Parts: sequence; C-alpha cells; structure tokens
Amino acid sequence: MTDLAQDLLSSFVVAEAGLNGAKNLGVVNMRKEALDRFEAAGFPTTRDEEWKYTNLKPVLKHDYKIMLKSESAVSFGDIKQYLLSDLDTYKLVFINGKYSSWLSESTHQSYDICTFAAALNKYPDVLAEYLGKAAPAGETFVDLNTAFADDGAYIRVKANQTVDKPIEILYITTDENGTSFSQNRNLIIVEQNAEVQILERHQNLGNTESFTNFVSEVFAARDARVSYYKVQNDSDKASLVDNTHVKQATGSNVHVGTYSFGGKLVRNNLHFYSGGEHAESHMDGITIIGDGQTVDHHTLVDHQEPNCYSRELYKGIYLGKSHGVFNGKVLVRQKAQKTNAFQQNDNILLSDKAKVDTKPQLEIFADDVRCSHGCTVGQLDKNALFYLRSRGIPKREAQGLMTYAFASDALEYIKIPQLEKRLNGVIAEKLGINLEFAL
Amino acid sequence: MIKIKDLQARVEEKEILRGINLEINPGEVHAIMGPNGSGKSTLSSVIAGREDYEVTGGAIYFEGEDLLDLDPEERAHKGIFLSFQYPVEIPGVTVSNFIKTAINESRKGRGEEPMEAREMLAKMREKTALLEMDKSYLSRSLNEGFSGGEKKRNEIFQMAMLEPKLAILDETDSGLDIDALRIVANGVNKLRSEDNAVVVITHYQRLLDYIEPDFVHVLYNGKIVKSGDKNLALELEAKGYDWIKAENA
Repeated sequence: MTDLAQDLLSSFVVAEAGLNGAKNLGVVNMRKEALDRFEAAGFPTTRDEEWKYTNLKPVLKHDYKIMLKSESAVSFGDIKQYLLSDLDTYKLVFINGKYSSWLSESTHQSYDICTFAAALNKYPDVLAEYLGKAAPAGETFVDLNTAFADDGAYIRVKANQTVDKPIEILYITTDENGTSFSQNRNLIIVEQNAEVQILERHQNLGNTESFTNFVSEVFAARDARVSYYKVQNDSDKASLVDNTHVKQATGSNVHVGTYSFGGKLVRNNLHFYSGGEHAESHMDGITIIGDGQTVDHHTLVDHQEPNCYSRELYKGIYLGKSHGVFNGKVLVRQKAQKTNAFQQNDNILLSDKAKVDTKPQLEIFADDVRCSHGCTVGQLDKNALFYLRSRGIPKREAQGLMTYAFASDALEYIKIPQLEKRLNGVIAEKLGINLEFAL
Repeated sequence: MIKIKDLQARVEEKEILRGINLEINPGEVHAIMGPNGSGKSTLSSVIAGREDYEVTGGAIYFEGEDLLDLDPEERAHKGIFLSFQYPVEIPGVTVSNFIKTAINESRKGRGEEPMEAREMLAKMREKTALLEMDKSYLSRSLNEGFSGGEKKRNEIFQMAMLEPKLAILDETDSGLDIDALRIVANGVNKLRSEDNAVVVITHYQRLLDYIEPDFVHVLYNGKIVKSGDKNLALELEAKGYDWIKAENA
C-alpha cells in the first residue's frame, strides 16, 4: 500500500467523524463501503490491464494534503481567463474543492444549478435515487471519490426545460495547501426532454503539484439533450483522473467533448451506458500535448438496448517527449440489435520522441449490428507539406495548417461558437501558428 | 530567366538526373517529353525544391541567383510555380483561404504588403471565370473530393492567382477530358506574356496542340538527348520513343 493510500485511509477517519449525525445516512454508509473497497484494492499499477500504458507512480508519490482549506484571496481577475468572457453563463466556481459563492452565479429558478454539498442535505431522496447509479462501485478512483467527495456541481433540469445559458464549472487549485489532492463530484440530472450545455475545466493556479480525482455522473432521461465540454489545459504541475459516467434513456442525445492541451498526467475515464432505444452517444476530442505530458483516453460505450447510435472521434497531435493513450471499448450486448457504433482514433507524431498507444476494443454479442473502428498513427504527409510550401507557404505555417486541418473535424459538434473560437485560439497557440487562414 | 547547368540528382541511392543543361528565357514555352522514368518529374521537383531529391552536381540559376540553397517557399516567392501531377487533398482548408494565404505569404516573402481584400476578391472572380470554374469551388476544401479534371483546373487557377515568372506544368494533361484540356490550355495561354515562361511536361502531343511550344526537349535516362521545335513533338507522336532509345543505347 502506498503512502498516499495510507494517508487517505487515516484521513477518512477524521472525515468520518465529521459525518456523524449527518442527515443523509445512506450516503454515509455508501462512503464507508466505498472506502473499504479502496482499502482492499489500492491504487492501480501498470500491472492492471486498464492502466498498462499509464504509470501513476510518479504522480502519486508526492506528499499530498488531503483535507483542503479553501482560499479567500482568489479574485475574479485571477480566474477570468479560464472562463469564456464573451459568453453569458451560469458559473459554479470551486476553490480548493470548496464552493465559492463570491465567484459563482448559481440559480434555483426553474432549474437547480447549485452545489453537491447543498444537495447532500437538501435533497436526500434525489441522491438516494441517483448518486453512484452511473459511476460503478468497484472502480478504484470512483470508490475513492465516493468516500471523500463533499462538494461539486449539482445540476438538475426539470422535464421539458432548456437551460437558458450554458453552465461553466471551474475547479481551481491554489498553493494554499501546498501539494493538494482534490476530490470533487458532479451530479447532473437532465429530465425528460430537457436540455443543457455544460463547460468544465480544472485549473491549478499555484506552483505546487496537484492531483484531482474527479467524478461526474450524468443522467439523461428520455429525449434529454446534453452537451458537455471539458477543456483540459492545466499547468504541468497538475494531474487529473476524470471519471465521467453517462447514463442514457430512450431517445436521449449526449455529447461529451474533451479538449486536452495540458496537465502533467490526464486520464479520462469516459463511460456511456446506452440504456434506451434510439439513444445517441457522441464523444470526441482533440489532444495536443508536448514535453513531459501524458493524456490517456479510456472510453466505454455500453450498448444495452437496440437501435442506438454511438460516435467516437479522437484526434491526437503529439510534440516533444509526450505520450498519448487511447483505449476505446465498445460493448454491444446481445439485446442491442441494430446498434450503429463508429469509432476512430487518429494520431500525428510531430516528434521522434513522442509516443502513442492506441487500442480499439470491441465486444459484440448481438448479430445484427454495424460497428466500425479504426486507428492511425502517422506523421504529416511530406508530399502535402511540399505542396503547400511550393505555393509559398512557409514550412511552419504549412505544418500548422495541415495539423489544424487534421484535427478540426473533432470540433464539428460544438454548439457554442465562442467555445470553438476559444479552442481554435488554443490550438493555434499550441502549434505556434496563425490560424486566420483556416477560420 | 533560368539556367540549368549539368544538373545531377538522385533519390536515395538511385541516380535519376545525369547532367541536364537547359536555358529558358522570358516569353518562351518549352516542352519536355520522354518515356516513363526518364526523369521528367524529378527535374520539375528539383527545380521546385522537393527535399526527397539530393542534388549531387551542377547548378540552377534563377535570374542569376543560385536556386539550390533556397527552400521551396523561397523559390515560390521568387516566382517559380509547379503544377502538380497529383495535387494533394487538404480537408478543412478552403480553396479561397488557401490561395489568400499563399498570395500573402509570397508577398510577405518579397517584403510587400498583403493584398487588399477587395482586390483579392476581384482577382478570384476574374480567374475563376477564366478557367470556367463555378464560384462554389472557392468555398470547397482544397482538392477534397475533386475530380481529376477539377484538381488540374484548380492548379491552373492557383497559377493564375500567383502569377509566377516560371510555371512548370507537370503532366497537367493527364486525366483531363477534351473539354477540360481546352479550358486548362486556354487558361495557360491567356497567362502567357513576354515576361514569363512556361515549361510543359507531357507524354503526349495532345496538350501541345493547344499550348504551342517554342522548344521541345526529349529527356531520356536523365539527360536531354534531343532538342528541337514543335515538329519534334509531332515526330515523337508518330514514331514513339523507341528510336530515341535506340539512338542512345
């Protein structure tokens, strides 16, 4: 057992004392059980098949503070650049894991856009119905989060409502606690025929290491529509394990876009459970990383019912000594006839030192399905590069143009133009080019 | 305009050009013909600066300046244009944005200001009309899903926009039906002037019926083995290349 695991176990005793007398006994018991499972399993190592390509050891070795203090000195000016300034949004801002009412703009008018901490006390029935029902017990990081998480975003959109503006969720870490280990949790419930757009990012503002073990559970009821965008462009001191679990009912349409440009180590465990006919599951993303960075996308689409569609498109661009992992599992259960599942992962290595491990994984138990998958790893086409240069476009711009052209179709499903523009700006910056030609 | 002296080049370990000598002056049209594998495309690639080819001897001077040390983009800025035999598809970049970038990067390379948007637009309109292209071309992704003929026409459109001093057309006639061939050739002819020169690389006489050359050269085994006027092309069309091969065996 690692030192960190030991620290977590002893911290829980303290945390548990604080839970005594809590109203929500169901949650308290859930936490205890989850911790027991974590104690038995410990952190995964590269000997675990699911963690074969990503070694957590170097990022787990730090002496993390587990029970974190918030910080009041963070001002709107400090976080402004991490929000979409040209867009009116609801905002849920957390500093060192704790909700900041000062920096946030929540609402209870016709829909609940507030905090998980508040929901724990206010809505025990809702929590009993949903908490832990999408994110499966038995996954180490989910269990650990279940045991500890006491704040995060709580979003509940009632039937037939469309949230009037997007919701931005921002998780900020500061130096206040030294190296810090954060565990927040989102609970997002979108009822029948309701619609919501969510943007989310984690940002370490400090100079010390941070590790975030994050869980987000999304429930899309019949015909609900959810767009959920994750912008990952954290400092090279920050590591993140993002566990996002989406449960879909009949006719629902959920898109999760993951745009990974930074962080030391980012692992995205993104799972869709397609549990009603004619559900659509979309997941896509762009990864552009450089020296010393790792981004690992582990996705699962679990087709449980007939006539569903899933689309998965991940593009990766690797510079310097970076490492990308893609493991895309598509499970089509016996009952899920007429499933249409598409999966594609394309990667470009712009450096000799960059490395990609990509693995499609299909498990199909139904006989009348359409499942396609493909993965490519390559370099920029020399012939195309020469073509552009021969027309007067300098090498660097030509590379940028081609790289952008390679990646840009993974942005097609974004419904917020301001976000697309922002991402284009980040892509241009990461590739060191001017993208005017492409926009 | 361009002087090629004893040019030798190879790709990997294979010698392809074995001493090319050629001089082209402003206002001239030269045709380079020859059997497959004789080095025609290599010659055009080496002039344009493709890095896969290693120049092992000789020199190329463009307007008196040594060309071989320059990057492909620098050669383009000086006014060299290569129309590709197989134009590359670039999804996600429209024809109009691409050509705007190419023009303004070339101007930047020459120390000039970017072209005014209004002028750019007017020019695009004029040149699409010249090549009988529908304006919708401009908003399509570069060469993506273009037919063979559309790709070649798009090459000449770019040539018309960039107004090079020396244009090298590498098998621009391949894959064109007779109507497209006429349109492309007509476009090239309209762009000819006293100040620029055109090199037409082709297997067949067909294109030369439309673009009349001042000189015809036969490339065989990495050398120019015969030069003449337009009648040489007619002779090749009638007799094939075997007699050239026999003469140079």
